[in-house]
Amino acid sequence: MDLSEWAFIGVFLAIAGILPAVPIVLGWLIGPRKPNPIKTDTYECGIETIGDAWVQFKVQYYVFALVFLVFDVEMVLLFPWAVAYGNLGLFAFVEVLIFIALLAVALVYVWRKGALEWT
Amino acid sequence: MLRDALIQAGMNAGLATFLDILGGVLVAATFGMAWVLFGIWIERKVAARIQNRVGPNRVGPYGLIQNFADALKLLIKEVIVPRNADRPVYFLAPVLMVVSVILIAAVIPFSSVVIGTDLNIGLLYVLAVGSLGTLAVLMAGWGSNNKYALLGAFRAVAQLISYEVPMVLALLIPVMLAGSLSMQDLVRSQHVWFLFVAPIAAVLFLIAAHAENGRAPFDLLEAESELIAGYNIEYSGMAFAMFYLAEFMHAFFVAIVFSVLFLGGWRGPGAETYPILGMFYLGIKSMVVYFVTVWLRLTVPRVRIDHLLALNWKIMVPLALANVILTAFLFKLVPTPDYSAARAIAEGEFTGVASGLYRLLGPEFVAMLPLAGVLLVGNIALLVAAAALLRWLARRRRQEVEALVDETEYAPGVAAAE
Repeated sequence: MDLSEWAFIGVFLAIAGILPAVPIVLGWLIGPRKPNPIKTDTYECGIETIGDAWVQFKVQYYVFALVFLVFDVEMVLLFPWAVAYGNLGLFAFVEVLIFIALLAVALVYVWRKGALEWT
Repeated sequence: MLRDALIQAGMNAGLATFLDILGGVLVAATFGMAWVLFGIWIERKVAARIQNRVGPNRVGPYGLIQNFADALKLLIKEVIVPRNADRPVYFLAPVLMVVSVILIAAVIPFSSVVIGTDLNIGLLYVLAVGSLGTLAVLMAGWGSNNKYALLGAFRAVAQLISYEVPMVLALLIPVMLAGSLSMQDLVRSQHVWFLFVAPIAAVLFLIAAHAENGRAPFDLLEAESELIAGYNIEYSGMAFAMFYLAEFMHAFFVAIVFSVLFLGGWRGPGAETYPILGMFYLGIKSMVVYFVTVWLRLTVPRVRIDHLLALNWKIMVPLALANVILTAFLFKLVPTPDYSAARAIAEGEFTGVASGLYRLLGPEFVAMLPLAGVLLVGNIALLVAAAALLRWLARRRRQEVEALVDETEYAPGVAAAE
């Protein structure tokens, strides 16, 4: 395998990190800096901030994340299949039919359970 | 190219390779940044026209350098960091946001020879780095320690991860048709544009990618009227500008990726021999797609969060799954196009209408036509079936709701007469 392709990505990652970091640092250096307690307060519609924002959040988001996880993992497994599909026989089609049926059952289950309703 | 020239000039091979890579990286990475300054101007002009305004017209001819003025202004603004913010996370978020978008440029084939690097898993790479943006949004929301920001971030994460599912499922179709994940192979196998071979996948991808970018009608993560600005509320100056930059760049890259995957990328008359023409074609195609996304953004009102998630999980995901099965089935039904035979006919002796057709339209194009036709008909059939099903479901739902309403309440005249 040719590793220079990935070397390119590596260098790219470094440059891509520098590109946005430079303006931010530059802005930090050029811009004025006169903090005061009211200015650096957390914004809350102009009134004084009450409490902390680092709270426990609604479980609903977590359920969506779980559903997503199932699909995402299965899709990673579908990509190799899609690449090789042209060279595979009818068996590959039957196999993927079962595979997607399993996914669909999962979706129906979640749907019937009411996890997709936003309450 | 650069590498060979440097080695001939007597440079160390390793160093030459490095400089070659560095040069490519700089061109590809700055391309996005440089374009944005111009692209924002176009978008503002289009937006203005759609809203019956004139748009920027004071700074420079036609307001062309308005964005440079804006960038300069943001540069000299104070960066206000909230006292309670989690500083490392707070400052990493805008950087990560831009990185996740710029990295896409590494694998985009601008023409037959101009490509950062043609990874053999190019498309998977695009999806992988694209989803880094979700992480940046969550970091920004959490790091700001602001309630609006956090709420925006939660919504954003629910939305972004949900829309990733139909997007990836839709992208399985071009991969299946091309039999490869390399971006260059995906372009080269589009003898017939995939938009006409797999229209459902194309539309699903465009909607999902638009939602992934978080622009109206899917701009719940920064819904101004409810969340002020959502996840980026506590950002100011250049840090804020980076979020803005990332959003515009993302919109543009979505248009480019769409053109590459469904509109034949750099393909066009003469693009194979003159790579510069290919860049021109890709530019035109992606500008058209970009215009469509801007148009969508400016004319469709924002959806509610439960509708947003219902649209995704109850309509787009089932449709995408059905589309994968249908395409896989029809793909096996039609014999694989025999390109070498078609080429032989086109280059062989002239025997009549058939070989004339092969020469006129290109052998690969004609050879792919049966497959494309069958898939197009299949797609239309699936779309009609899905629309009929939706209609039926909606009608049943409406009858249920109407049965609950007390008619007499809305007909006071009838009640008074009794």
